[in-house]
Amino acid sequence: MSADLTELYQQVILDHNKRPRNRGKLPTANRVAHGDNPTCGDQCSVYLRLETVLGQPDRIAEISFDGSGCAISQASASLMTTQVKGKTAPEVQALYKSFHEIVTTGNAPEEISDLAAFAGVHAFPARIKCATLGWHAAIEALKSDPLVTPTTTETHHD
Amino acid sequence: MLDLTKIRADFPILHQQVHGKPLVYLDNAATTQKPRAVIDALVRYYERDNSNVHRGLHALSMRATDAYEGARARVAKFINAADPAEVIFTRGTTESINVVAHSYAARLKPGDVILTTEIEHHSNMVPWQQAAKASGATIRYVPFLGANVEDGLDLAQLDALLTPEVKVFAFTHISNTTGTINPATAFCAKARARGIVTVIDAAQSIGHETIDVQAIGCDFLAFSGHKMCAPTGIGALYGRRALLDTLAPDETGGGMVVTVDYTGARWKPAPERFEAGTPNIADAIGLGAACDYLDTIGRPAIAHHDAALAQLAREKLSVLPGIRILGPRNGEPRGGLVSFAFADIHAHDIVTFADEDGVALRGGHHCNQPLMRKLGLTSTTRASFYLYNTEQEVDALVASMRRTLKFFGVT
Ligand SMILES: Cc1ncc(COP(=O)(O)O)c(C=O)c1O
Repeated sequence: MSADLTELYQQVILDHNKRPRNRGKLPTANRVAHGDNPTCGDQCSVYLRLETVLGQPDRIAEISFDGSGCAISQASASLMTTQVKGKTAPEVQALYKSFHEIVTTGNAPEEISDLAAFAGVHAFPARIKCATLGWHAAIEALKSDPLVTPTTTETHHD
Repeated sequence: MLDLTKIRADFPILHQQVHGKPLVYLDNAATTQKPRAVIDALVRYYERDNSNVHRGLHALSMRATDAYEGARARVAKFINAADPAEVIFTRGTTESINVVAHSYAARLKPGDVILTTEIEHHSNMVPWQQAAKASGATIRYVPFLGANVEDGLDLAQLDALLTPEVKVFAFTHISNTTGTINPATAFCAKARARGIVTVIDAAQSIGHETIDVQAIGCDFLAFSGHKMCAPTGIGALYGRRALLDTLAPDETGGGMVVTVDYTGARWKPAPERFEAGTPNIADAIGLGAACDYLDTIGRPAIAHHDAALAQLAREKLSVLPGIRILGPRNGEPRGGLVSFAFADIHAHDIVTFADEDGVALRGGHHCNQPLMRKLGLTSTTRASFYLYNTEQEVDALVASMRRTLKFFGVT
């Protein structure tokens, strides 16, 4: 096994792939978005319950994801949910910026611990899209209009 | 039996290492490698004969025209077309199907039916969906077998589907996703008896077996050069002469007109009618060279070799834990490819690991999203074989799969 490959498939990633965190639909969600990677067919839906403070969207109170795809995309979505919970939209954006830096350059800032597991992705440019799929869906969900009623229905186009 | 040492020596690209391992190229259904003879034909053309065709009177233009039209005649012979004028050069299968679909879009009416199948590549599905939308015709699909979805098309339903409203029946010869071989000759006979025009997507059969359009009895046949040792950017549409001359051209411009005035133009007959503008001369010549190359080796021997490797791979892979193999079962006829999925490992992870072992595979939906959905899969891994592949390469494939399974803890 080459060093690049063991870098890519870190223990943390394999673990999240096998035992995804926050997987499934969120019955109390008030935001949802769906991400698709047409080249490989990977899919990821992200469900959020965004708190409102004085009428303004505030922190992510609850989050879940659902979908199918390669180990990198599923582990990344799973890890993402653990990292963005409790954060506001601007904080999520800032974290995504660091994550994007990690997966494209392989350089992880010191303060970022778990997400650094994805540094190995940079050696496999074709897989960057896999690693960012869940993040894109989360950011879309943060930008999306509130759901009229908390949803339990499917939003993906199948 | 193919002389593999000699054949492999004909393909310069095969002799390289990938990630420090000898290249095992098993992505032939996507595109095949090119023999020295084809590469040389391109170099020779550009170094000696390059010129525009048809409109020139100087020596180079005449040489280029002869070589281009010679390639057309060569391709016609390769598929046993009755007349070289029945061969239209295109960019490949996709463009060939679009040419036919656009022409029929202009003729079909509401109430007419376009029949295709559930196992088509997007390129033999989307153009027909568009033709149906544009004309008001309806599109219907021969279903892929339901209960044991691995098998093939539900042929029991075909007769009932070939109703008088059906005007066009478009189907793939060999599925690029499952390796299923459709009985093209029988399909065409049924369609012809009912006056239905047939369009065959031969992308996955053209390079692997003898194709005789007259014996098959099809009206149109589409294929890509790059899947049969020729360059990318060239392919052909075969059309029966009587039909071609009734079809409106898809593209118009120079080279395809007899006379033009400020109010309009009259079209040349086929093939020029369908080849507006300067054609892809060099690659057409490359396609002709590829026909020569494959016929020198012998297509029956190639067909046997590719199918035997796919059978061997199917057998050896079938014992791996958690594997699901699509398409025909062990020992049943199949095209030269095997497509499979593991319950707990995604195709893209498999392909990434295989690549580290020098094994080039394809993972994904293989341009057949509806079929994947029907199979309850999002992607599969596909190994596809060609005349230069060896039994040792099948072993390398299986060994690589075992290593990957072990890494992911599947036993
Ligand atoms: C069955 C089938 N049809 C059509 C195509 C499209 O061929 P091209 O991309 O060369 O136009 C392919 C290529 O993948 C194929 O396998």
